Amino acid sequence: MIPAEFDYVAPATVEEVVRALTEAGEDAKVMAGGQSLIPVLRMRLAAPNVVVDLSNLSELTGVRDDGDSLLIGAMTTHYEVQRDHLVRDHARLLAVATDTVADPQVRHRGTFGGALVHADPAGDLPAPALAMDATMVIVGPGGRREVPAREFFVDYFTTVLEPDELLVDVRVPKLTGWSAHYEKFNRVAQAWSIVAVAAAVRVTDGTIAEARVALTNMGPTPVRATGVEEALVGQPATAESINAAAARAAEGTNPTTDGNADAEFRSHLARVLTGRALTAAVGA
Amino acid sequence: MRITVSVDGVSYTDEVEPRMLLVHYLRERLGKTGTVVGCDTSNCGACTVHLDGHSVKSCSMFAVQADRHEVTTIEGLARDGQLHPVQKAFHENHALQCGFCTPGMIMQSIDLLADDPDPSEETVRHGLEGNLCRCTGYQNIVKAVRDAAHQMRPGAGPEAEQVAPSPSHAGGGE
Ligand SMILES: Cc1cc2nc3c(=O)[nH]c(=O)nc-3n(C[C@H](O)[C@H](O)[C@H](O)COP(=O)(O)OP(=O)(O)OC[C@H]3O[C@@H](n4cnc5c(N)ncnc54)[C@H](O)[C@@H]3O)c2cc1C
Ligand code: FES
Ligand code: FES
Repeated sequence: MIPAEFDYVAPATVEEVVRALTEAGEDAKVMAGGQSLIPVLRMRLAAPNVVVDLSNLSELTGVRDDGDSLLIGAMTTHYEVQRDHLVRDHARLLAVATDTVADPQVRHRGTFGGALVHADPAGDLPAPALAMDATMVIVGPGGRREVPAREFFVDYFTTVLEPDELLVDVRVPKLTGWSAHYEKFNRVAQAWSIVAVAAAVRVTDGTIAEARVALTNMGPTPVRATGVEEALVGQPATAESINAAAARAAEGTNPTTDGNADAEFRSHLARVLTGRALTAAVGA
Repeated sequence: MRITVSVDGVSYTDEVEPRMLLVHYLRERLGKTGTVVGCDTSNCGACTVHLDGHSVKSCSMFAVQADRHEVTTIEGLARDGQLHPVQKAFHENHALQCGFCTPGMIMQSIDLLADDPDPSEETVRHGLEGNLCRCTGYQNIVKAVRDAAHQMRPGAGPEAEQVAPSPSHAGGGE
């Protein structure tokens, strides 16, 4: 189908984008890679008066080393994230999760920032961002603010962003030397996650010193499996301790029932996939 | 909005509505009907073209986003009447039946060979994840891509496709 008519602007600076959004009010829509937005416009599920394209904001592209963290520009594509050596070295969980997103064509255009703001409960990048304690750097008419991932995701397809605000950077604390795995369960190629598990662990001398586990599609927003994390710390990196911890994966979650899976099956998947993710991560 | 796009080595300048999808611009304005539309949901990959040497779904991009960029379609692959090695390999390995998915399959195959000039079967299957074929069962497509890889050393990278500065056209011939 063909989208409804809209005006198109592609400003060159963040300030101009914010001005365009402020002037247009609720009728404007930001476009990053367009890989979620254009399908929505084509189905006419949305019909903004103005589309504000971010493609000319070269300052929002790329990964920078910022001491203890990486600063990932919101417009960095999935393809660039997959290949970035800083991400591979210091944010491995994000790299391996991005490998599972969509297909090569979509990864050439889709962006890290777009995937976070889109906040699809089945999207594969919110859970890794949450597991890594990422912080969103947001610019709006009132200036800059930073929001931690655990406050950023509010509900299905909803974040704390106001219509006139822009995600510009994502600050990802380095997890150098951690091992990581993203275990995704879906049925066919290029499909979204029915459930997926993002896991990162730091193992020293055979003992799990620190662990981060977050779940995709086990509720309206990504959730940390805090029970699993607590159960792992201080334990030997063995199959027994992983299985015991994974049994707690569905604690405190609120999974939906839909055509792909009911809530009970999703809870079962969360436990099984957490076990697999941790096993792959520690190489046990 | 006025855009200037290089398509298969020729520069076009046209007035387009912002909502016009790139695939519709290619087919309806430029007559490049080699690029086809197979779905309404960004899933099938039949519309795959290269934007600055990287594969994209031309149904999931607006023509205005291609302004000042270089597009290569299936129609721009042959050189001096010679099929591109990947086109030839599809032909020789019977990698198509109805042929509807083929333009997209070939464009995506060239992209994947640029990233990995000697892909395993697994890599080919992953690299073609965004392209659906309803006829072949993929077997011969995978065979064709690996055959092309062997024919093509050192690889058909994006560079191989970049075309020298081109003649200019005003209007896509509406
Ligand atoms: C066939 C197909 C399969 C897919 N499969 C998967 C999958 O398996 N897993 C997965 O995670 N994703 C999948 N996706 C989605 C893909 O990851 C998208 O790239 C992503 O969801 C959106 O990124 P984008 O840059 O294209 O954003 P857009 O589509 O441009 O924007 C998405 C939304 O975010 C807003 N937005 C974007 N950037 C900003 C910003 N910087 N500031 C403020 N607002 C912003 C837009 O206004 C819009 O509402 C798939 C998409 C397709 C077409
Ligand atoms: S026409 Fe199906 S993905 Fe573009
Ligand atoms: S040959 Fe018919 S869809 Fe692939």
